[in-house]
Amino acid sequence: MLAMDFRGPKRVRAVQKPMPTILHPEDAIVKVLRTCICGSDLHLYNGNVPDTRVGMTFGHEFVGEIVEVGSEVTNVKVGDRVLVPFNIACGRCIFCKQGMFGNCHESNSEATAVGGFLGYAHTGGGHNGGQAEYARVPYANFGPTVIPAGMSLDDAVLLTDITPTGYQAAEMAGIQPGDTVVVFGAGPVGIMAARCCWLFGAGRVIIIDKEDYRLEFAQNFAKCEAYNFEKDMDDPVMFIKKQTDWIGADACIDAVGAEAAGNAMQTITGRKLLLQAGSATALHWAINSVRKGGVVSIVGVYGPTDNLVPIGNLINKGITMRGNQASVKRHLPRLIDHVMNGILKPSELITHRIPLEDVADGYRIFSAKLDNCIKPVLIPPTANA
Amino acid sequence: MKKTAEDFAHIPGWGIDADPKNEPTYPNRHRTGEEHEGRSWVRPTQQVLDREVLHSIERPDYTAVVGNSVPPSGLSGMIRRFAFKYSENEYLHWLPLLMADKVNVVEGIIDDIAHGTVPNIWAEKGYNAQWKHDRSGMLVKIATAAAVTAGLVYWLMPKNDRSDKYVARGNYKSGSKR
Ligand SMILES: [Zn+2]
Ligand SMILES: [Zn+2]
Repeated sequence: MLAMDFRGPKRVRAVQKPMPTILHPEDAIVKVLRTCICGSDLHLYNGNVPDTRVGMTFGHEFVGEIVEVGSEVTNVKVGDRVLVPFNIACGRCIFCKQGMFGNCHESNSEATAVGGFLGYAHTGGGHNGGQAEYARVPYANFGPTVIPAGMSLDDAVLLTDITPTGYQAAEMAGIQPGDTVVVFGAGPVGIMAARCCWLFGAGRVIIIDKEDYRLEFAQNFAKCEAYNFEKDMDDPVMFIKKQTDWIGADACIDAVGAEAAGNAMQTITGRKLLLQAGSATALHWAINSVRKGGVVSIVGVYGPTDNLVPIGNLINKGITMRGNQASVKRHLPRLIDHVMNGILKPSELITHRIPLEDVADGYRIFSAKLDNCIKPVLIPPTANA
Repeated sequence: MKKTAEDFAHIPGWGIDADPKNEPTYPNRHRTGEEHEGRSWVRPTQQVLDREVLHSIERPDYTAVVGNSVPPSGLSGMIRRFAFKYSENEYLHWLPLLMADKVNVVEGIIDDIAHGTVPNIWAEKGYNAQWKHDRSGMLVKIATAAAVTAGLVYWLMPKNDRSDKYVARGNYKSGSKR
């Protein structure tokens, strides 16, 4: 089968690989119909996540058709069209029982901080992903969710990660009706987070980025205020303070993570020398522009080493700081309703449809922000058969 | 500055998920008491390990399912095994892994060539797309790289060669090389 193959930083290709097989009685094999490239794939693509091995297949956002199931799989059957949450969750460990499906204790041998992810380095458990014609999905009784009749594959594929991640970013921000929320980063997750802030009753939503095309997109999709930190302000923190009667925002969402631009020190120590877990510019801005007693919600991905974050201000300001990988399965019932009721239309984020054969071009277009790309979806050749 | 709900009529679903009890620690606070019993859940069937899988020393065993995409191999594999002697709390866990990744890239190229494939770096880096959508940016980059390379080559050239050439050019007519 055709599959994406990682060769090293900024080098990927599509090659023939062996078909995945059932390795555990709760496994399923899924024929992939749509799969996305995600901003968090770019951390792998850029070589910033430790233990990203040459020869691995990425892809944690995909939907497809079940073609084979293990002996203990009863909740889905061959022929079902499913959306596959990016977290691999057993459904029965103490963390799963609390609804923290992104923190399952039975899916990632290589690390204990995070749960297992499909197609996310060996730090994420070493599971191959869905940027392929077929993928192995562990714990198929629990994760894969049948796509409701009438929902498009394009909407469904965006429910595997970025929609629930954006939604959880807003949820973790503890928004109370009327709150002012600032979202740093107008990538797909930031845009979705901004949109979801309204669902929690925000009174004002501001998004900040440096790419005009993304800000324009965010303004239309999320119906929020959008500002360019390179053009519209000298200092984002001062800007937010001025915008909020010198109080600060009620909640700030960091939807950027390790690849943040905008600060030379952070770029050198975080992105070039890898002395910290990536450039924490957006996190600094979030902590420093939230009001005292406010909430900082982090969904941007940071690497696992130390961070030079202004942690003193957490204490000084009484901030609640909250971050996690989204527990996709926990949000799906509600989000499926929102999509079916027309409140959210995630597929509007898709700007590029790229054949899996051209995966290298897809990664380049998304990572270099070429051609006004917001969200690319890859289509395996077998998907149309 | 205060806004009212009527202002948001144009936002589909405004406030639909608002919950006065919403507090940011949810669902961590959504507790049953079982978490105090430690690792007490009924574990899923253990996947058969058909290849080498490394596991964090912050847990006593393997997870019930494991990824089996790329087992550790070669020099990079040796470095990874070393890294997994240390906990996730240690630099000695993460930094060797990053180093192993770099070694692994070279191993990948050697492996390609050993299997009769010369990696098509241009295509793998997606430069076809860059060329199509950002030709001018790419030309600037290529020109800069060429200038830097030329400068480096000149700088790295043995000093004698450099002065010889200079002298040779300068004294060409006399035909003497000093
Ligand atoms: Zn993703
Ligand atoms: Zn679990």
